[in-house]
Order: sequence, then structure tokens, then C-alpha cells
Amino acid sequence: MARQIGDVILDLKNISLRFGGVKALTDISFDVREHEIRAIIGPNGAGKSSMLNVINGVYRPQEGEIIFRGEHRRNMDTHAAAEAGFARTFQNIALFKGMTVLDNLMAGRNLKMKSNFLQHALWWGPAKREELAHRRKVEEVIDFLDIEHIRKTPVGRLPYGLQKRVELARALAAEPQILLLDEPMAGMNVEEKQDMCRFILDVNDQLGTTIVLIEHDMGVVMDISDRVVVLDYGKKIGDGVPDDVKNNPEVIAAYLGTQH
Amino acid sequence: MAAAPEASTTEASSLDTFPRLLAHHARTLADAPAMREKDMGIWQGWTWSQVADEVAALACGLAELGFKRGDRLAIIGDNRPRLYWSMCAAQILGGVPVPLYQDAVAQEMVFVLLDADIRIAIVEDQEQVDKLLEVREQCPHLQHILYDDPRGLRHYTQPFLHGMDEVLAMGRIHNTNQPDFIVQEIARGKTDDVSIMLYTSGTTGKPKGVCQTHAAFIAAARGGMEVDHLAADGNILSYLPMAWVGDHLFSYAQALLAGFTVNCPESAETVMIDMREIGPSYYFAPPRVFENLLTQVMIRMEDAGRLKRGMFHYFMAVAKRCGADLLDGRPVSGADRLLYALGNIFVYGPLRNVLGMSRIRVAYTAGAAIGPDLFRFYRSIGINLKQFYGQTETCAYVCLQPDRQIKYDSVGKPAPGVEIRIADNGEILVKGPMLLKEYYKRPDATAESINADGYFMTGDAGFLDDDGHLKIIDRAKDVGKLAGGAMFAPNYIENKLKFFPHIKEAVCFGHDRDMVCAFINIDMGAVGNWAERRGIAYAGYTDLAGKSEVYELIQQCVEEVNAELGRDAMVADTQVHRFLVLHKELDPDDDELTRTRKVRRGFVAEKYAVLIEALYGGKPSQFIETEVKFEDGRKGKVAADLVIRDVRTFAKGAA
Repeated sequence: MARQIGDVILDLKNISLRFGGVKALTDISFDVREHEIRAIIGPNGAGKSSMLNVINGVYRPQEGEIIFRGEHRRNMDTHAAAEAGFARTFQNIALFKGMTVLDNLMAGRNLKMKSNFLQHALWWGPAKREELAHRRKVEEVIDFLDIEHIRKTPVGRLPYGLQKRVELARALAAEPQILLLDEPMAGMNVEEKQDMCRFILDVNDQLGTTIVLIEHDMGVVMDISDRVVVLDYGKKIGDGVPDDVKNNPEVIAAYLGTQH
Repeated sequence: MAAAPEASTTEASSLDTFPRLLAHHARTLADAPAMREKDMGIWQGWTWSQVADEVAALACGLAELGFKRGDRLAIIGDNRPRLYWSMCAAQILGGVPVPLYQDAVAQEMVFVLLDADIRIAIVEDQEQVDKLLEVREQCPHLQHILYDDPRGLRHYTQPFLHGMDEVLAMGRIHNTNQPDFIVQEIARGKTDDVSIMLYTSGTTGKPKGVCQTHAAFIAAARGGMEVDHLAADGNILSYLPMAWVGDHLFSYAQALLAGFTVNCPESAETVMIDMREIGPSYYFAPPRVFENLLTQVMIRMEDAGRLKRGMFHYFMAVAKRCGADLLDGRPVSGADRLLYALGNIFVYGPLRNVLGMSRIRVAYTAGAAIGPDLFRFYRSIGINLKQFYGQTETCAYVCLQPDRQIKYDSVGKPAPGVEIRIADNGEILVKGPMLLKEYYKRPDATAESINADGYFMTGDAGFLDDDGHLKIIDRAKDVGKLAGGAMFAPNYIENKLKFFPHIKEAVCFGHDRDMVCAFINIDMGAVGNWAERRGIAYAGYTDLAGKSEVYELIQQCVEEVNAELGRDAMVADTQVHRFLVLHKELDPDDDELTRTRKVRRGFVAEKYAVLIEALYGGKPSQFIETEVKFEDGRKGKVAADLVIRDVRTFAKGAA
């Protein structure tokens, strides 16, 4: 069964975000459809990461509205976002470096654990059953991303490319509906990038996860995303399928500069 | 069918095919573990009766797909339980499994697929499916492809692709409808039927399909089982290619005969971890694996604290002095016994544990010569490492080192049932129940390889020593002569070079020349670590290989070998005079090595003819550009200006 892009599940309307006098985002609107890969691109400082932070509630925009699955919100709240099925990876890897890959992934499922602290401490009855069920889910992710060989390796000892993959695994362990990826391919070599592309496409295709990603590598973005939104100086300057965006004069100007 | 009281005796003598052995274990060892595989981070097990059920279902499924008596079934993938079961399923139906090397590129598979007239192939995963789809046009007979792991194959709509789960489900229905089918099919099998076709790696010419019968492999398995007292409580970790004769002997034939447990690792990268978890009692690895393990241990010891390092070196010296003697039951002084016992607690025991070898009863190595120091190291820490000798054509069963009669430079005594004779030209000839039936569709090659007296000509040169142990010198056809008339055995010299951890591969030239020259491949791990310690910066193999410090290091190794050769009058003339370090690693993807990683001497000599000219022409350096093939079939180029060095040689009997 081929992947079917569904209805709009996340709709951002007229979002503006200011830090004091600095306008990070100005009147930005775009939507995300179910099961699609939606890319946010733009030059440095365009407001891409701020946009992602608005989506999962780290920043509260001064103006605008977020509609998630028909529910209108003034802003998201981080905890609510996580419970609603958002998971993300970070530009600078955010993992527990001293813990093993397995423990990091189990931590990624923390939100789904229902037993209380005491039960976990004693590893008794329901807590034990629960942990085993979670471990199974985590093992599925390990299998999915081919990281069996580093299961018990502390994250800090892994090379950078693998840490990035583990971070994706940590986000996937939460079984997200929407996955927010902040530069998943930054600093990787060609081969690692290809692997990561493959994994992102697999996640989207086989798990049906909706993906919003920020990426600098234009080749990658144009190859894997369904629709692209382009930001520049906190404003939206383009939105559409990769081919349209590529030929948009404003986008070309923002990336390559214009002749004066 | 025989009457009840006679049943057991008839059965014992009629366990002459692998399907009958499986059916026998399913009754007698019903609940004992037959196979394990690590899946989802947990070792999953199958008992003998479960395996028999799965194999029966698979055989029925294959029958539904039209697999008939005499058909050949291609099997491609890493060591997976279901791929081993496919072998037995094919044998139940009177068919012949043909395992292929799973790391071969698609084009290399075409030859075997065509030669063996493959109609049905069982493969592991998407990677292998993609390869077969790539060459399907060239293989018009290929009708069905079955895959084990459905991952990534959801959108493949080709009607000739089947998931193994579907085939098993289909087979189960068939099995319920016709419960006698499998029993009858097993009864129709004969011990002289071909049970497997293994393709020779083809050091020269095209690969040939070696047809072996049930009888041959059972004889070979039984002999090994007697020598090493293998029993049903054993464990083996199966991680070497299924297309290799050794894996078929250990993980299939012996496992089915003795009834021990076969463990499949999670993936190629996790073998070391899986090995520690399983703690196999029976282990096989080619010398390079033992060498890599030792290199890793040594690298880690160099990083350890002073106390630990001191302890390690002290007790390793003790082990070197008396460890092997203890293992062989030779007399050892009381003081050494005490020290060794202490060392066992502090060093050898933990080390065996790290290596996953705590429970090893027998470990084997073969396929290439193993360095005496390396071999002694493992024996000295109490691991019963032994060598054997055999070919695909002899079910990897000719000579075995019996316990307590270990000579480092021999491959042991003729195994039970095997006759050995040395021809006038030094070639080793063997005869016994384990000989091949024929080369598939190659009566000419079959006739060429077996002489009038029924001996198989191994193509290896060797001799039997006074105690009846076989010593191998070289491939008979590789043994040449220097222009001066001295015997030139390139392998002999190359092995001496390769015993240095810094040298991964060496190729020597000298036939019809006035001196011996060599190509060297450095060992990236060992030399890389060595360079790091000295603060030598490098960017990849080519750069490291060209460093003058590395040349210095390799030159020392070559000179040591020369000194050793110089001491032996037989080979003193074949000291290495000039050498160079190659700019790329010799690779099976570039056809320079066989899939079992033996150098294809003729091909290498042709490909690098310009380098050989430079070696013998006295040039100080030579530029070369070489095409390389990547795993996905893409091509690239590496170029370098290779330095050529002259090496000190030693006078006969001196040094």
C-alpha cells in the first residue's frame, strides 16, 4: 500500500514571535498534512529553529494561532505537545552521553510509562510487565534503524553520525505522530547523509509518521520532501512543492543574493 | 515398514540422509534446543521438534511452488535459521541446495544462477532481492524469489516475489491435507543423492559446482565428531558464509549428526557481543579472525593502566613458557603450575571471557596458514585451538590435529577413513568417503581432478613427516623456480610476512626472475594505531600506506623475514630484495581476492604489471592509478606515486 497524504493536521496561522525588539517570526502561516514530509528551509537566522520551537511549545508566539487536529490553541505547551504525539531531535545532539543507547531509548518512552515511582523502584508486578513491553517497542526501533551493535554502548563513545541516528531513535521510541527534525544531517558525510535520508523516508513510509524537518542541504530537501516552506528574516517567502520553490525568484535571491 | 522391535536398529543404520537425521532428532531430542537466533535483543530458540515442523512446512511450500526432485535451490544471505532450514527442506524434496556468497555483487551471482539452472531462490532480505531483480533479465529460468525478512519490501509488487511467511502458511495447509507427503518424500531420499552443491571460490578460472552426497558429508561429520567427541549439549556460533564448505560441515552436517545447537548472530557487526553471550563450546574462525581478536586485545592492553599492563605481560610470559605444555599434558614444574593457576584467575580466565571463549572445548582454524606465535598465544591461555586441512571437494575433511598431538607447522594426521598419498611432484593426493561425486556439468574437470586410482588431486604441495603429520608447503602450481634454479614457494614467504600484525596481505613474485620482490598491504587497524601513538597524521589508507615512517616499519618486518629465510638453506635464495606498499587494499570486489580472501595471484600480477616492472627495473618509485568498485557497484579511482624500497638480505646460514 503506497503512502497516502491525508488532511491538514497542523495549521499555523499568522504566527509572530518577538524577543524584545527582535522580530524572530513575522506573520507566518503554513500547514502540515498527515503523512507528508514538510521541510522548512532558509538562510542562517531565518527563524527556522524558532518556528520548530513554536510548534512544540518551547516558545510562545505573541500573535497567531495553532490548530492541531481541529483544536485551536493560542500556543502549544511542551508537555501537551509531547502527549499529543510530537517528538523532536535537536540541532546539537540532546542525549544522555553517559548512558547506553538502550537506556536513552527507554528514557524516550518515559512519557508512556504509567506505573509510579515506587513500583519502578521495586520493579514489581505491573511495573515489570510494563517495562518489558516498552523494551520490546524500543527493540523494534533498534531493529528499524540498524543499531543492534551499539545497543549497550554509552552514547558518548559513538561517532557523531551514529549519535545523530540514536537521537532519531530516541524520538521514534516515543511513537510520535509528528516528528520534528532540526537539521538531522548537519555535519555528516555523504554516506551518512544517504543513510539518514533512507531512514527518514522509511520512517515516513513504513510507520506513517508525519515529518517536519529543517535542513540546509538543498539536495536532500528537494529529494525527500513533499512540500517546502522558505523563511528569510523571519518572513515566509515561499511555499510549495520542491520544483516550484526552486524556481521562485525570491527564494533564489535569498539564497544566492541579488544583483544591485 | 519394519516391525516395532526392529524399528530402532533399522533406524540407526538408516540415518543416512540429513532429512532422516532431522526426523530422528525431532523424536529423540524433541525438546532440546536446535537453533537460536537473536531477535529483538533476545535469544529466541527452536527445539528440534519445532525445527522439524518448520522445515516440513517449508518443504511443502516449496513443493506447492513446483520445486521437484533434482531441482536446485539458491540460498543467499547471512546465517539465518530459516536459510539453514531451507537447505533441509530442499533435501527432503530430493533437491539440491546451492548456497551463494551473500556479499557477492549481483553480476557475480549470475554465473552460478545460470550454471546451476536456478528456478527458485530463497534470500534473506531486501538487499539480496534487489540484487536478484537487477540480474533477473539475464537469468530467464529464475521463476520465484522467496525472502525471509519483509522489511522494505512492502512496495515490491512483482508476482514472483514471495514472503517466506506466506510460503510457510501455504505449506502448513498442504501438510495438513497430505500428512504423509513429507514422510514419503523423506523415505524416497537415498544416501548417494547429491545433498549440496558448493561453488569453489575460483582462484583460477570460473567457479565450479562441487556436488557432494549425503553419504560424503555424513562421513566427514562423523569422523570429526569422533575425533573431538562432539555431543548434543554443544553450542556453535554460525557466522561464516553459508556458501563456504566449513560452515556447511560445522553448522549443518555436524550439527545435524551430533544434535548440537546452532546459534545465529544478530548481525555481522554483533558477532563479538553475541559470542560472549552464547559462550560457544565449539568454534571455528579463519586465522585472520584470531589475528584481529589478538590485535584488539593488544591495542586495549596498551591503553590499560600500568599495573594491569604489567600483570598482563608477566602472566603472558608465564603462559608462553608453560601454557601450551599444560594443555598438551606434557610435564611442567610445580612452580610454573602454581603461577599458571594464578595467571588463570587474574588474566587468562578474564581474557577468555572477554573473547567469548570461556566454554570452548575445541576451536578450529583453517583456510590459510596461522602464525606460530598467534597459534601459541591462544593455546597458551588454555583454548584448545587446532588446525585442520581440507577442500570443498573433500567436505573440508582430510587432516585434523588430534588433541595433545599439536605441531605448530603441521595440519595434523589424516582423519579417520582418509588415505593420503604424496605424488612424485610433491602434490597431496587423498581418497576416502568424503570425496566429491562430481563437478556439476563438468565431467572434464571431474576426470582431471581424480586420478586412475581414485585419488583426488588437491593441488597442494606437501609432505608427511616422521610422525605421519601432514605439512603443507604451497599450492603445487604456485611453486616455481627462480632464474637461478632455486625453489620458489611464494605462499611460504607471504605467510611469514603476514604473521606480522602490521602486514595484512603480501604478494611475492619471483618465478623465472633473478630475485624475489613483494607487494605489501598494511593492516589498517594495527598500523593506524601505531601511527596514532607516534602522532603521525594520516587521511585514509592510501595516505597512511605511503608514509615514510610506515615504509620504515614494514622494511623492518621484511628484513626480519629475510633473516629467518637466510637461516634455512632450502629457501635462503628466496629472500625479498625489493618491496612496495600498495596504495589500496586488495579486495574481492575488485577481483583481486577470492570471496574466501585468497589472493588471485595471476590477476594481481596482470593488473599491476607496471608495478612489477618497476620493482624489477630498479626504479625508485612508480605512479599508478587504479579503478575500484564500491559495494553498491559504483566505480571510483585511486592514484598514488608508490615508493619502492630495497631491503637488506642475508648470506646463507648467516644472521
